[in-house]
Amino acid sequence: MCLGVPGQIIEIQPDLGAVADIDGNQVTISVALLPEVEIGDYVLIHAGFAMEIIDLQLAIETKQLLQEFQELNK
Amino acid sequence: MNSNVFQLMEQIKNEKINCSLMEVCGTHTMAIAKSGIRGILPDNIRLLTGPGCPVCVTSQADIDAVIELSCHPDVILVTFGDMMRVPGSKGSLQEARSQGADIRIVYSPLETLEIASENPQRQVVFLGIGFETTAPTVAATVQRADQLKLKNLSVYSVHKLVPPVLRAIFTDKMVQVDGLICPGHVSVVTGIYPFAELAVQFQKPMVITGFDPEDILQGIALLIGQLKSGEAKAELQYRRAVRPEGNPTARQLLTQVFEPVDALWRGLGAIPASGLNFNIHYRDYDARRRFQIEVGNETEIPGCSCGAVLSGKLEPDQCPLFGNACTPIQPVGPCMVSQEGACAATYRYQLLRR
Amino acid sequence: MKHSHILLAHGSGGRLSQQLIEEMFVSSFDKHAVPRELNDGAVLALPPGKVVMSTDSFVISPLFFPGGDIGKLAVSGTVNDLVACGSRPLYLSTAFILEEGFSLDSLRRIVQSMADTARLAGVELVTGDTKVVEKGSVDQIFINTAGIGVVPDGVVYQPGRINAGDRVLVTGTIGDHGLTILAEREGFKFNTPVTSDCAPLHEIGQSLQPFGEKVHCMRDPTRGGLATVLNELAVQAGLGIQVEEERIPILDAVRSACNMLGMDPLYMANEGKMVIICEPGISEKVLSTLRSIDVSKNATDIGEVISQPAGMVLIKTALGIERILTALEGEHVPRIC
Repeated sequence: MCLGVPGQIIEIQPDLGAVADIDGNQVTISVALLPEVEIGDYVLIHAGFAMEIIDLQLAIETKQLLQEFQELNK
Repeated sequence: MNSNVFQLMEQIKNEKINCSLMEVCGTHTMAIAKSGIRGILPDNIRLLTGPGCPVCVTSQADIDAVIELSCHPDVILVTFGDMMRVPGSKGSLQEARSQGADIRIVYSPLETLEIASENPQRQVVFLGIGFETTAPTVAATVQRADQLKLKNLSVYSVHKLVPPVLRAIFTDKMVQVDGLICPGHVSVVTGIYPFAELAVQFQKPMVITGFDPEDILQGIALLIGQLKSGEAKAELQYRRAVRPEGNPTARQLLTQVFEPVDALWRGLGAIPASGLNFNIHYRDYDARRRFQIEVGNETEIPGCSCGAVLSGKLEPDQCPLFGNACTPIQPVGPCMVSQEGACAATYRYQLLRR
Repeated sequence: MKHSHILLAHGSGGRLSQQLIEEMFVSSFDKHAVPRELNDGAVLALPPGKVVMSTDSFVISPLFFPGGDIGKLAVSGTVNDLVACGSRPLYLSTAFILEEGFSLDSLRRIVQSMADTARLAGVELVTGDTKVVEKGSVDQIFINTAGIGVVPDGVVYQPGRINAGDRVLVTGTIGDHGLTILAEREGFKFNTPVTSDCAPLHEIGQSLQPFGEKVHCMRDPTRGGLATVLNELAVQAGLGIQVEEERIPILDAVRSACNMLGMDPLYMANEGKMVIICEPGISEKVLSTLRSIDVSKNATDIGEVISQPAGMVLIKTALGIERILTALEGEHVPRIC
């Protein structure tokens, strides 16, 4: 019910808008649900809206698990 | 719990515990199918698809009503792509479009604002599907429409809430579910509390899980861990995105725009206070009101067991239509429509095992 | 020409039609300094060998996109189909259906693009047709191209020649064209650094000819994407195909944009890529040959042909688990779920 991807806020726009960078793609989104967001924050993006700020440290920890596995398999 | 993914997979593969875990959320069903996790689970651990899938639980009567609306020459029906192939009693939105209905697919509900302002002479109706993650985005869109004084936009809301349907499933004595893989993004909005409440009330372990393969494996491992130790609580695996208190701004928007209403869930029947429709302040945006739509009755498809599958009462291959009258190419019910729906996924995995 | 837009009269066969044909088409397409006689058809000389013919129609919108346009696509598309059949593309016909009111400037750009692409691919545009229809009957311009090529000795590309044990190669990154077009659509605004891979692949055909019968089959993964083409090949060969997810080359920007939209790069269209199936013994040499050409510099071995399960495609996921990779059913659309 809820596809969400991480993106980094690179610009804040008037009227609760923002531009997020997702691996080079620049996407115009709404921050109506997360007005406190700042440039540099990583956010979860769903249906064109920023839903929540992503804790990068925790994100890295989870990714490390998969990387460990891939190393093991090589 | 082991932090090494490979060992985690081995651990799960070798678990002897007999249990049925429900993936509540449609996105989890997709992610699980895509990552291949279904293929490594031993026969004693069953993954059931749950009711958190808008494709599966939007009532046939609502789809029929929306299709009829889309056939008005004045109406532009706007929808998320998910709903295009879902069968109503007389065909799908995709078929209606091929016969001339103006139906447009969007990624974000915000796109309806542009469609409405560029087509002032026509009525733009947005099919509002989704749960607590998506409903706030529609609420925000409607508030923006109000600011912009867009009079030709309305929403046919079939938004639904997760905790009430979980309550209904657990209350049903016929249901065999031992633990829940809870929706990660619904929890971004709701926070952990509603699931904690359910865990205590029904004594079922719940883990709020993310959508990457390693998240899902951790989620399954945590559930098995609780089952083995006899615990029943709500745990947060998806800590990087979910705050325990959720997103209060999003919840506030929901309260400003919507109110809980009784809702009809396909295959599950009516569940009180399980849906969202516009409250008194925003009722002008209610498409049912604007077009005076009377939703007809749910037509039972003889033999279709989607309701039982969605509530964990039946496995896909126990449905009489499975594999003969109902296949991914010719789906009868919603569980076979989505490529990764429970029945579609089972169908393909069975083909592989043969 | 005095007019700036297409009129119905341009399609009526009279003076304006003639003018359009000569000033717009013949002058761009004709490679001879002296104009050919304009007959009902073109009489052509063919070198010896089996003749391949292919046709395709192009109705893409938008007409102009990063990396190409409908004209480049119309030539490349048919050239690539001829290449996939093992032939050297030689001649193309082209038919235009133009909407009344279509901009002549746009038409000029498209025609020039076709001429440039044809020149690049070493094919000649030898005959054509133009029709003009009332406003609203087509979306600006539809183009059909049909092409003829000749198959050199020793080359036979057919699903029937595929054997278990063959390697499955792809000539570069997947999903680029599909994503570029998606980003150009009205509605949700996103800017992507990705551009269409639209290109004629005649060089691939030429470079693989020396491998002769050791290359068994080629196909371009256009609509429906890589997954659909692999399924077609598996069904037509009566064998299975097994690929590894991690080996399929996909640009990060394509992967992420697809994640956001709920779409899958494996179902996105490609207009400048080939799937190549060849004997295992030559696959390394084939890869290094491909990588020396610009259009296939990212060629990769992504998997192999297996005997069972016949007619199906399996994909080994990032976790090392196998799952079924189905062909596209219905439309490939953005999802929220």
